[in-house]
Amino acid sequence: MKGLVRWLDDRIPMTATYKRHIGQYPAPKNFNIWYLFGSLAILVLFNQLLTGVWLTMSYVPTTDGAFASIEYLMRDVEYGWLLRYMHSTGASAFFVVIYLHMFRGLLYGSYQKPRELLWIFGMLIFVVVMAEAFMGYLLPWGQMSYWGAQVIISLFGAIPVIGDDLTLWIRGDYVVSGATLNRFFALHVIALPLIMVVLIFLHLIALHEVGSNNPDGVEIKKHKDEDGWPLDGIPFHPYYTVKDLVGIAGFLMVFCFFVFFMPEGGGLLLESPNFEAANPMKTPEHISPVWYFTPFYAMLRAVPDKLGGIVVMGMSIALLFVLPWLDRCKVKSVRYRSLGHRINLAQFAISFVALGVLGLLPETTILKWCARVFTVGYFGFFIALWCYSKREPTKPVPERVTFK
Amino acid sequence: MSSSADLGRRRILAITTIAVGGAGIATATLPFIKSWNPSVKAQAAAVPVEVNISKLDEGQLIKVMWRGKPIWVVKRSAATLAVLGAHDDKLRDPQSEEPQQPKYAKNPWRSIRPEIFVAVGICTHLGCSPTYQPDNFSDHVDGVTSGFFCPCHGSGFDMAGRVFQGVPAPLNLVVPPHHYLDDGRLVIGTERESS
Repeated sequence: MKGLVRWLDDRIPMTATYKRHIGQYPAPKNFNIWYLFGSLAILVLFNQLLTGVWLTMSYVPTTDGAFASIEYLMRDVEYGWLLRYMHSTGASAFFVVIYLHMFRGLLYGSYQKPRELLWIFGMLIFVVVMAEAFMGYLLPWGQMSYWGAQVIISLFGAIPVIGDDLTLWIRGDYVVSGATLNRFFALHVIALPLIMVVLIFLHLIALHEVGSNNPDGVEIKKHKDEDGWPLDGIPFHPYYTVKDLVGIAGFLMVFCFFVFFMPEGGGLLLESPNFEAANPMKTPEHISPVWYFTPFYAMLRAVPDKLGGIVVMGMSIALLFVLPWLDRCKVKSVRYRSLGHRINLAQFAISFVALGVLGLLPETTILKWCARVFTVGYFGFFIALWCYSKREPTKPVPERVTFK
Repeated sequence: MSSSADLGRRRILAITTIAVGGAGIATATLPFIKSWNPSVKAQAAAVPVEVNISKLDEGQLIKVMWRGKPIWVVKRSAATLAVLGAHDDKLRDPQSEEPQQPKYAKNPWRSIRPEIFVAVGICTHLGCSPTYQPDNFSDHVDGVTSGFFCPCHGSGFDMAGRVFQGVPAPLNLVVPPHHYLDDGRLVIGTERESS
């Protein structure tokens, strides 16, 4: 065994890579529950890749075959229902985990210098995951698949001058059709997963270059022992591998509950119009995207102007990209930042969740005004942050991490 | 070989290599981009369709498919036509100034024959298909009995497909190119042949 390891190490940096990234990667010793979601995201990604490959074995990406092939998978393929529900529930789980992972970054300033690039890679992953989820949702070729795709692709039509040609180009036909279905299938199963895996690799390499942040937002690299090991660091394995295993067990309990007992999630995870095959002649009564897109969708609807709505929706993502430069405060963690910042962060989280709920509901005058208020709250977070963060009255930050 | 390399020459070679190679790569992306355009098959499927309207009742709407889109053909009653001009102040574009219809349909009723209205049944907001409400449209706009209401984002259109104010749809419904062969036969997709 030792001989084999040495033979490999002479030819590929196996042991060195293991030590650098797992066995001797110094992680701050004060991680809390918020730090589980990164590894959970990897777990869900693995679930999506594995079940996704198995789904393609039964799926037929044509307008005649798509809906029927899913029925076949659900009814006639052994455990086909389980593979599909793991994949469809996994999509929602991916967003739950990613949103919490991102909020952790906001709480503890994990996007601040020197982790700006790490944050940008993360944001790129988020955008690719959104595209992946959107294209995947067309594949069952149900009513909501069809009309949801119709609505989202039409968004590009609002771009001045090139809009109409662009939507025609994306669809490859005058309406959403078999050509659209086929190319979305190709992008969903090959192109986007490849890009995603590369971005996640870069995300992790960037993380391990600058080192993990922690709930106190202090750099553990500042205080090292004589061997160069951070005094507040513990090796990722076994400490955090074991901790993550506990998190995974907890996550799987919730995940399996949904897979086995609520695979439709009360219409949130799989929407009821999607149990009907796509019909280009008839729009469902009420179109709403899957829950993870609704915060952005609510902002789109809140603006009574087509182009304006799309600009607002684009800006809501774009501002997150530049967050490291909007926050000019030197203190990272919310623990040592001002009351004003805590209130701002809280109202941001409330606005985001409220928009998510509003985006699911049919539009009424009162709800439209609510959506406008929360849209202002969402954007207000960034504007206010930029204004107060430079001269923010912060609390003294400890030299070392606090740990009980 | 001389010990001092000609750096200027080396830079020019590097720049030209990058420029030529870059142009080559840029050109090579063309087939990948172009292959996304509608195929010849999709374009061929977009041929004009003929509709028999001789049996259409007043107030009735029929849907036909052209280019994969739902096309509405509605027969409007004299009463409906009479009140078309009564709510101009509530419309975004009452005079149909925006080029959402062929020239021959730029008139108060937005059609060739006043009673027959032909339109693409796709909301100009985000492409849903509005619902025809012949009797209960006044739920959405006071004093207007009939019209089209989009269930997706609440846009409303009157019986000439003109969009109401204060809704997300920016434009009137599209009137496709169409013409009549005779009293009972309508062709959607082409203008009148030179006769």
